[in-house]
Amino acid sequence: MCLGIPGQIKEIYEMNGIRMGKVDFSGIVKDVCLAYLPDIDVGDYTIVHVGFAITRLDEQSALETLALFRSIGLLDEELRTDAEEEAA
Amino acid sequence: MKYLDEYRDPELAQRLFAEIRRITTRPWAIMEVCGGQTHSIIRNGIDQLLPEEIELIHGPGCPVCVTPLEIIDKALAIASRPEVIFCSFGDMLRVPGSAKDLFRVKSEGGDVRIVYSPLDAVRLAQQHPDREVVFFGIGFETTAPANAMAVLQAHRLGLRNFSMLVSHVLVPPAISAIMESPTNRVQGFLAAGHVCSVMGTWQYQPLVERYRVPIVVTGFEPLDVLEGIRRVILQLESGRAELDNAYERAVRPEGNVAAQKVLSEVFEVTDRAWRGIGVIPQSGWRLRDAYRAYDAETRFAVSDIQTRESPICRSGEVLQGMLKPNQCAAFGKECTPRTPLGATMVSSEGACAAYYHYGRFIKAEEVGVAR
Repeated sequence: MCLGIPGQIKEIYEMNGIRMGKVDFSGIVKDVCLAYLPDIDVGDYTIVHVGFAITRLDEQSALETLALFRSIGLLDEELRTDAEEEAA
Repeated sequence: MKYLDEYRDPELAQRLFAEIRRITTRPWAIMEVCGGQTHSIIRNGIDQLLPEEIELIHGPGCPVCVTPLEIIDKALAIASRPEVIFCSFGDMLRVPGSAKDLFRVKSEGGDVRIVYSPLDAVRLAQQHPDREVVFFGIGFETTAPANAMAVLQAHRLGLRNFSMLVSHVLVPPAISAIMESPTNRVQGFLAAGHVCSVMGTWQYQPLVERYRVPIVVTGFEPLDVLEGIRRVILQLESGRAELDNAYERAVRPEGNVAAQKVLSEVFEVTDRAWRGIGVIPQSGWRLRDAYRAYDAETRFAVSDIQTRESPICRSGEVLQGMLKPNQCAAFGKECTPRTPLGATMVSSEGACAAYYHYGRFIKAEEVGVAR
């Protein structure tokens, strides 16, 4: 119930005065309330909890985090190799 | 799915594991607050692959698990009434009350319906003006915006036959309660990413300062969890206690301001009992007076609630991180997801259910799992 699921906004519409959208979760499309994300657009990614989009997934941050993960260890391996070579 | 598969990359996970191993020099106990993170940790075996110095303590962040027994019993009483359509998130149906659960009420003829969104319950109230539609409004700060919007929408539509049984809980007061417990062993926290997507990170700065404890906000995919652990360990090893956000793609410091506005319009802070833990001051939300007409507890004066917990269930200790699920004598024997004695065995966020589903019947050290 409390698990947030990422999805992509496919369509935006209004129902009973509430901003709604069709959100694609890896192939399953559901109606989701977008009232809390007044600026989100078709094509954007969001996280949905119990039928409500609660946050916009920021592409820039997502890419930066992945880049950080890729850099971890690499730099370190090089440093360690140097240190070990010096010790040897 | 974009931003999902990338955060499950095994090669990057290996790098993070190696980095964590490299920086860890002493024993540390870290609590992941959220049940969603607990499931990610157990499903991916993260706890077994970490250096043995690091212990992960599973926190109370499972809304189904901490909903007080008295509220469950009230839900059962309300759902049994012939005029009521009782709507709930699916995982509440098997949560044991004192005598039965919502599935039993349904099999006895009660009109109990599983809905995906609280707005579905509002729609049912529109479609059935002759019935009383009651929604079971539980959860942390993540589900609260949805529940608040449902109340607001019922109000806008002038629906007199919609009400909500509210039992909302909040994360920051639970962290305070854990840190102030005389038996506390937690030295750092992974804070729940999506709670912070809604509420922002600013609520956690006072906790970091008051308890001198590192708090790192993070997500739910294996790499998110590992990065959260890495950042907590970095702080602990260097004697720092700071608030950090390892989940920037989904969490802004200010949170979701539009949601916070509706939350404070509909709800106010109140003391709340947590199942298995007890009353935590100022740890929940209830409906404000202006929306009291939608309060199911007021609408259906339910009295004569005599709560009775299973005498052998130790879920309270599990929720407080004092006991691992598979250290309980009833785990996997009297207590399974089909015949749960406690709520922690029910929910997709409960620690006992996680241990059961991923086959943690024997403690890792007993079978000599290689680290």
